[in-house]
Amino acid sequence: MARSAEAIDERNLAWYLDRAVRVFVFVGGISAIVLIIGIFVFITREGLEFATTTLNIKEFFTSPRWAPTSETRPTYGALALIAGTVSVTGTAMIVAIPFSLGAAIYIAEFATGKTREVLKVLVEMLAAIPSVVWGFIGLSIMNGIIIQLFNVPIGLNVLNAGVILGLMAAPIMTTIAEDALKAVPDDYRQAAEAMGATRWQVIFKVVLPAARNGLVSAVLLGVGRGFGETMAVLMASGHSINIPDSVFDSVRALTATIAAELGETAVGSDHYGALFTLGIMLFVVTFIINLTADLVVRGIKKR
Amino acid sequence: MFTATQRDLKNLRVEGRYRFVFMAMTVLLVLPVLIILALLVVRGGPVLSAEFLFEFPKNGMTAGGVFPALLGTIILVIVALLASVPLGVAAAVYLSEYAADNWLTRTINLAIINLAGVPSIVHALFGVGAFVVFFKFGTSILAASLTLAIMTLPVVIVATRESLQAVPQAFREACWSLGATRWQTIRAVVLPNAVSGILTGVILEVSRTAGETAPIMFTGAAFFLPFLPESVFDQTMALSLHLFVISTQVPGVPEGLPYGVALLLIIIVLVMNALSIGLRTYLRGKKKW
Repeated sequence: MARSAEAIDERNLAWYLDRAVRVFVFVGGISAIVLIIGIFVFITREGLEFATTTLNIKEFFTSPRWAPTSETRPTYGALALIAGTVSVTGTAMIVAIPFSLGAAIYIAEFATGKTREVLKVLVEMLAAIPSVVWGFIGLSIMNGIIIQLFNVPIGLNVLNAGVILGLMAAPIMTTIAEDALKAVPDDYRQAAEAMGATRWQVIFKVVLPAARNGLVSAVLLGVGRGFGETMAVLMASGHSINIPDSVFDSVRALTATIAAELGETAVGSDHYGALFTLGIMLFVVTFIINLTADLVVRGIKKR
Repeated sequence: MFTATQRDLKNLRVEGRYRFVFMAMTVLLVLPVLIILALLVVRGGPVLSAEFLFEFPKNGMTAGGVFPALLGTIILVIVALLASVPLGVAAAVYLSEYAADNWLTRTINLAIINLAGVPSIVHALFGVGAFVVFFKFGTSILAASLTLAIMTLPVVIVATRESLQAVPQAFREACWSLGATRWQTIRAVVLPNAVSGILTGVILEVSRTAGETAPIMFTGAAFFLPFLPESVFDQTMALSLHLFVISTQVPGVPEGLPYGVALLLIIIVLVMNALSIGLRTYLRGKKKW
């Protein structure tokens, strides 16, 4: 005899368990949103009071004098730190963009079989090297090379940190750019080849334009990575507050300032608040970069 | 018959030139790193020994081994995994098995991307503001590990989601049609088929977590401790921070020592990565569907 609908739709243990799991995984699912909001709330909580009362916003963005521990008059000018971050990230991108896009084109369009697999694994390994090891390499190896090669007194400068950062950002940019190139349908390539285009014409006239958004987003994520990198920049940039005139000047980055000074500050002091204010700025800028990169990628998917 | 015209030959030459340029760029990208790794092995290799691994630092960290730092890194990674793996897998199960394609899912994805993109030092500030100060864990293994867990959460979520989504929909439908609930299906069919993929992600996370420095500097890792931690509320030394300290903060460290620490850190990270890549390749080869 057939059971009634109610009996089949019984709310037994399995049903309740299913409900409980649904709630649990939902909590897990929204945890990413909760955490990203949590990060913003907590760094703002610590930094906002200082930023809205003690801090002179005009001085913050226009003065190169960062002297939070000054006995007579502490000043919080972040201009030199911003210049430090921008110069190092800029140098890194000059190094990383051509090489990583070139490598992505080679891996996606030319390399085949084993070579391709080996190169991809090598690039992935490159991305795994911890930033403190990169910093150590800048300190112990690049430093000497720069001093010898360019005959300058100190090798810890914009060039050193920029090259190190470029090598760090390049693998990520290569991987994302290669994915973007691979996502271009083979039909496009075949159609172009059928019309007599050579391999490089196919790449330059068809594949690169079609993958444009993905490539832009790869570069943006590389910039974001360089901007937020801490240990390597702290160790390789020379760490002196300075608006650089040349790549051989030592600088100090925003991230490195927080890393170097947070240990010496008392919780709740002005200096502590100032470092959290730098943190808020870093958070907002990387948020915008990541958001833009995502929107640009979404642009390709729509088409 | 096909005969190459002047033009064909020119095209071929140009193509060869481009091919060479791109290959050179790839080589130039990979080569410096291989040279650097070789240097680390040459200069750091002689330092690595059983005593180096199992002794405490001596004479103000200018001699002796790295045992407390090595152990500290292992503890930090384990505690971080205990927090991030359950949360990350739950998030991935939600995204892959429950979530509809709506604004909430898009917001979650955006949050994951941003969580991965937030600078490590900002994660450190968050760890200080939230775990050390607000939740009053103090500078402790717990605070440092939770900070690391949040930072590497996107790695677990993305890897797990991918391996869950790789399980064919037909498997789920077959299970549902037998009257199983969603959770029964996930537990009996989806997770077992995805478990090795999840493992790949977890190993990758171990490698990321072990190398991080900035997030633990102010949340629980100490420059030097003469004893081992006894609970998660104690501070600990860590390999990554130890490398930073002996190469920048301590005078009179013999040249080989930091190379040894750097090499040890690289070996841990690269072995974990190689394991993860190897497992992935192996799985791709033996996939049943």
